[in-house]
Amino acid sequence: MRNVQQRIRNFSIVAHIDHGKSTLADRILELTEAVAKRDMEEQLLDNMDLERERGITIKAHAVSLDYKADDGQLYTFNLIDTPGHVDFNYEVSRSLAACEGAVLVVDASQGIEAQTLANTYLALDHGLEILPVINKIDLPAAEPERVIKEIEDVIGIPAEDAPQISAKNGVNIHAVLEMIVKDVPPPAGDPDKPLQALIFDSYYDPYKGVIVYIRVKEGTVRPGDTIRMMATGAEFTVVETGHMRPNFLEPDDCLAAGDVGYIAASIKVISDARVGDTVTLKENPAPEPLPGYRKVNPMVFCGIYPADGAKYPDLREALEKLQLNDAALSFEPETSVALGFGFRCGFLGLLHMEIIQERLEREYNLDLVTTAPSVIYRITKTTGDVVYIDNPTNYPDPGTIAQAEEPITNAHIFSPTEFVGNIMDLCQERRGVFKDMQYIDAGRVDIHYELPLNEIVYDFFDALKSRTRGYASFDYEVSGYQKSDLVKLDVLLNGEVVDALSFIVHSEKAYTRARKIAEKLKEHIPRQLFEVPIQAAIGGKIIARETVKALRKDVLAKCYGGDITRKKKLLEKQKEGKKRMRQLGSVEVPQEAFMAVLKLDE
Amino acid sequence: MPHLIGLYLHIPFCLRKCGYCDFYSCKGDDDLYDKYTASLLAALERYGKGGGYQADTCYFGGGTPSLLGPKRIGTLLAAAGKTFGLHQAEITLEVNPATVSFSDLQGYRAAGVNRLSVGMQSGVDGELASLGRLHTAADTVRTVEAARRAGFDNLSLDLMLGIPGQTEKSLAQTLKLVRGLAPEHLSGYLLKIEEGTPFASLPEERFPGEEAQAALYTAACRGLEGMGLMQYEISNFARPGFSSRHNLKYWNGEEYLGLGPAAHSFLQGRRFFYPRDLEGFLSGRPPAADGTGGDFEEYALLRLRLIEGLTEEGVASRFGGPIPARMRRRAKPLAAAGLMEEDERGLRLTREGFLVSNEILARLLAE
Repeated sequence: MRNVQQRIRNFSIVAHIDHGKSTLADRILELTEAVAKRDMEEQLLDNMDLERERGITIKAHAVSLDYKADDGQLYTFNLIDTPGHVDFNYEVSRSLAACEGAVLVVDASQGIEAQTLANTYLALDHGLEILPVINKIDLPAAEPERVIKEIEDVIGIPAEDAPQISAKNGVNIHAVLEMIVKDVPPPAGDPDKPLQALIFDSYYDPYKGVIVYIRVKEGTVRPGDTIRMMATGAEFTVVETGHMRPNFLEPDDCLAAGDVGYIAASIKVISDARVGDTVTLKENPAPEPLPGYRKVNPMVFCGIYPADGAKYPDLREALEKLQLNDAALSFEPETSVALGFGFRCGFLGLLHMEIIQERLEREYNLDLVTTAPSVIYRITKTTGDVVYIDNPTNYPDPGTIAQAEEPITNAHIFSPTEFVGNIMDLCQERRGVFKDMQYIDAGRVDIHYELPLNEIVYDFFDALKSRTRGYASFDYEVSGYQKSDLVKLDVLLNGEVVDALSFIVHSEKAYTRARKIAEKLKEHIPRQLFEVPIQAAIGGKIIARETVKALRKDVLAKCYGGDITRKKKLLEKQKEGKKRMRQLGSVEVPQEAFMAVLKLDE
Repeated sequence: MPHLIGLYLHIPFCLRKCGYCDFYSCKGDDDLYDKYTASLLAALERYGKGGGYQADTCYFGGGTPSLLGPKRIGTLLAAAGKTFGLHQAEITLEVNPATVSFSDLQGYRAAGVNRLSVGMQSGVDGELASLGRLHTAADTVRTVEAARRAGFDNLSLDLMLGIPGQTEKSLAQTLKLVRGLAPEHLSGYLLKIEEGTPFASLPEERFPGEEAQAALYTAACRGLEGMGLMQYEISNFARPGFSSRHNLKYWNGEEYLGLGPAAHSFLQGRRFFYPRDLEGFLSGRPPAADGTGGDFEEYALLRLRLIEGLTEEGVASRFGGPIPARMRRRAKPLAAAGLMEEDERGLRLTREGFLVSNEILARLLAE
């Protein structure tokens, strides 16, 4: 083993949202003097505006730091910051696979939450050393002793020596660094073996092409080597290798077993450097790839349309740009009678979907109309063919369906005990099957349900939050498909089906959902010159009906004192309002109506 | 030939402000009335200087113009006549019942006023009280009788529709009274709750709902036409030959000069107005620009207020072309729904259409 390898520490920080992961990362950067104080921006690793604002990490980040420890030795810390959300579970797992240890940050007042546990188990699955840290001890509500006991009882790891810190105020960070030196094992691996390097992230750089973040498990890679991606078979010549510094890339002459670093190899598209793939050398390849690669598949789909049809090319360009750095985002053109030209987009989950929508609106300045999210249904036809349906419009004629299946999830909800009743009611309403419930401590429980994914994609988070006053946390993973009694629900305005409003629903929920949709639409469709019947139908059968009555009075009776301008302004305002409307036959539907039907739990 | 414009003189004084009113008005006294009259005279002088304009209508609106009294009105008319001609002009004065005596009315008639617009509002005393009016139905009857005796043969009545508590039955009572008064002209305005007025803070259920307002409007139109007052604009009715020449200037896109705070003008393609500020007007502050006017869209939205509507003839003579095909295309479904008529003569709104004219215009004229 190389001497230098002994002084490498590869670790990540895991935590529930808001427990202080990124703040701790900032303090570590500061203490290792990787960043001058003046360059310090809050939460440096979360460098997207959206990440800072939401307090979540969307993309993995990695940084190499030098730390002079109390033993007088200089250590290389490779800190790999992981995305903090279940949607990005696969990325998290790859990041963790690049580490030997994980610093587990737990909020001293909140204790263990859904993602604390999910991420910890993920880290344990990868054989990582878990280093608990109790954060936010400066809060008046901090109860470090209780939280230490919780960690020991629930996770089953010793925590009595866990540093008690305040990342915000910089208290006790030194203890964390020393713990990393002491408790995270140095990496193993032989620099002379055939190359096996794990890709745990990548991004597109307009000058260098795709920058691939790797953890070298075995062997060595140098500029000039021809590398091969073992899953895709793509081959490239390495132009540059080096280390990630907080604000720049620092070239180095090689990366060897145990190292975390980057490769630039003039790779044009990000899908050629897939997260989880193994990099080896064309000459002297490794006999087999590292375990754990899988192609990530989108789980949640929705239609995204430009509010202004003329912006369609802009939307395409924006999606292409986002996809450069997000291999998990998929999109293909789709046409809707109601909404015109747009794209069917696939996402890892709901958060991923929201983030993409928000980035399109903010970074690319697009005004969007999105359709209700859908999951992928597995339909076996009477002919024996199996089709996957992610767009309700394509749902086959019920007569041709032998069996319909929907994705099902394992969901864990962490909550104070007082909300258990509310949570169970909610899960029951959402067709959940109760699995078990465990007490984390006297006041908190972990409720385990099996929930259909299609029930989660409809505002489940919001409903859970409002029924637990924001105290519950939630995590889920898709566990498979389950036979289900599904129907396609159509919405008709003035007797015409509005394709963008169709969705697939469990037959038991169809009536309730239909009624709510009709009511919501009635709220959002303004009265017009004609009466507008709103109907919800399964097949040809109407199961819910509302009517938007015709406008009866909208007149400026008097143009007082020759004040025509007032009338003109009123007209301009009304004309402006029409721009926000979609004309469906003779019915004008505001764009908000398409979105409003996504929020049915009120 | 000099322009024939309309002249509007705003008299912003009221004894008391009504709860629904957002017109510009305030309290005054003789001193202030004199000062104000002087300011109007100065403004008349300023605009009349070049002698470029001749007016054939003059309208004293308010406020309560009759608060100025026959003498000041006479002075103003004499000055206006000198500068703007006013040959064979229609000269209208708004009066509130019970604020004018028979001798006042004689004075106005002698000063040249030949048309009175009487703020009747309702023939039901309870409704007048709820509007905050200072007069009764009997006062209206007395004022109209006095006006007739003073020689006015062109009388207009103002009615309000949608008053709190108003029903079709109470409207019938009002219309019965109107029939007896036999006016040559009548304006019937649907009450609009304006922001910032005391009425805006009243609970909504105090007012007739949309459906009820529509019914009141329709009933009023029918009742008035039944007594020979034919509808010629959304809110205006007249015996043949008695349509308001002044107000028609607004709806035909013709020129007018408005003097006094909150009065609007349209001259030589420009719109301008005096700000709602009495002090400013008294100190001679000039009006504020309000953009250009007279384009097709404006003409269309004004003409479609009239029963006659937007005619091919009118559009051709003004803009040298036909009514845009797009507009006709959009009118067709509205015609099918009974809200409009669309034929070779042009486009016009039906009575049902008038009720929702804002929305119709937005549809017809949307980009």
